[in-house]
Amino acid sequence: MQVHDMENARRTQTLLTARRAGLLGCRRCGAVHAAGTAGCRRCGSALASRDATSLQRVWAWWLAGLLAYIPANIYPMLLTSTFGNTLENTIIGGAIELFQHGSYFVAGVVIFASVMIPIGKFIAIGYLALTIDHPGTARGLERQHLYEVVEFIGRWSMIDVFVVAILAALVQLDFVATINPGIAAVCFALSVAFTMISAQSFDPKSLWDAYEADDT
Amino acid sequence: MPQDRPSRGLPEGAALQPEGLVACPVCDALHREADVPPGAQARCHRCHTVLFAPHLNAMTRIVMLAATAAILMVAAVFFPFLEIDASGLHSRSSVFDAIMAFSRGIMLPLSVAVAALIVVLPLVRFGAIAYALTPMVFGYPPPRHAAAAMRWAEDSQPWAMAEIFVVGVAVALVKVAGLAHVTLGPAFWAFVALVLVTVLKDNIMCKFTIWKTLEERRPS
Repeated sequence: MQVHDMENARRTQTLLTARRAGLLGCRRCGAVHAAGTAGCRRCGSALASRDATSLQRVWAWWLAGLLAYIPANIYPMLLTSTFGNTLENTIIGGAIELFQHGSYFVAGVVIFASVMIPIGKFIAIGYLALTIDHPGTARGLERQHLYEVVEFIGRWSMIDVFVVAILAALVQLDFVATINPGIAAVCFALSVAFTMISAQSFDPKSLWDAYEADDT
Repeated sequence: MPQDRPSRGLPEGAALQPEGLVACPVCDALHREADVPPGAQARCHRCHTVLFAPHLNAMTRIVMLAATAAILMVAAVFFPFLEIDASGLHSRSSVFDAIMAFSRGIMLPLSVAVAALIVVLPLVRFGAIAYALTPMVFGYPPPRHAAAAMRWAEDSQPWAMAEIFVVGVAVALVKVAGLAHVTLGPAFWAFVALVLVTVLKDNIMCKFTIWKTLEERRPS
């Protein structure tokens, strides 16, 4: 890997992918193999030029995540009992309550992690999967960045599940105040896990295949 | 001094032997493998993904940090994490209690999942990394299942959520702050330290370099 001026390189030569060279590149460790090799000599992973079932799995987990996200918003996430009165809070309801108490920042964190990230993720994965063959206006690098953001940020939605776990463990003061987890906590955790698997099922190389002759 | 080093893409039509080449795991572009000096980075010419980013004495540092993280985790699980007082009533909770919070009835699977995400998975990851790399730190060849252990450690990385848990604690603190007086226990600080150590370890861990080293030192 020689150091090379990127601007020059872009102008003077086109890029060769492992697939066009008739070779297989390992997705885990980058080692290159002759076509037809079954397992990577370096890290032992199974080799395939492109993951043919990737898109099916992306959509299956995407749909499962979306289905789990609906009850997660309808049913209560937290059951708070203070002096005998039980209050049921959904995700949105809990955030609104925080907002009314003046905790704008934390309310923002909750809204961001539990509403904006999940919904943004559904849209982003759906967009990437739909436009895989006809990329339209978005360039390879832009779609790559979108994919990286989705993969990085998805796990942070688990914050709300952990908040519920901590509250339920901590606030057990008998009659004065008790907090118990609601069924939405399970649905929400499942939704986050399913969309994480959906994003991981993506074969990032397929995002670049539409630009095979491109040098970007 | 980290520095971006875009590596050169290969011209089309060159006679290619798979040995000595690296394919970008993200966009499939081929590059010639070369020695990258510690502290420098080699990025993919096409999509700018970091391919190689070796660090000086990385193996030793990774193993030490993994061991540190494992010790901190044990402290974080069993020491008191948070304590609250309200209307003369007192409650304290460890991470272990937080895990057990869901352990009633239909919530049991969630309890198992939370335990796996914040304690079990990170801990087993530290173990797997230490198993694969420790012999090499002392100059021995890697153990027999080193590749399997490293593969598992890489796959489970997105599911180890200790750092997300710490942010969750901060949100929970604000939520109960109006309800009761909250004190942070020693386990909370152990957990914060654990997150910092984990981030440090993941930052100096260059996957491609580790795989290359594992292959080179494998007993043939």
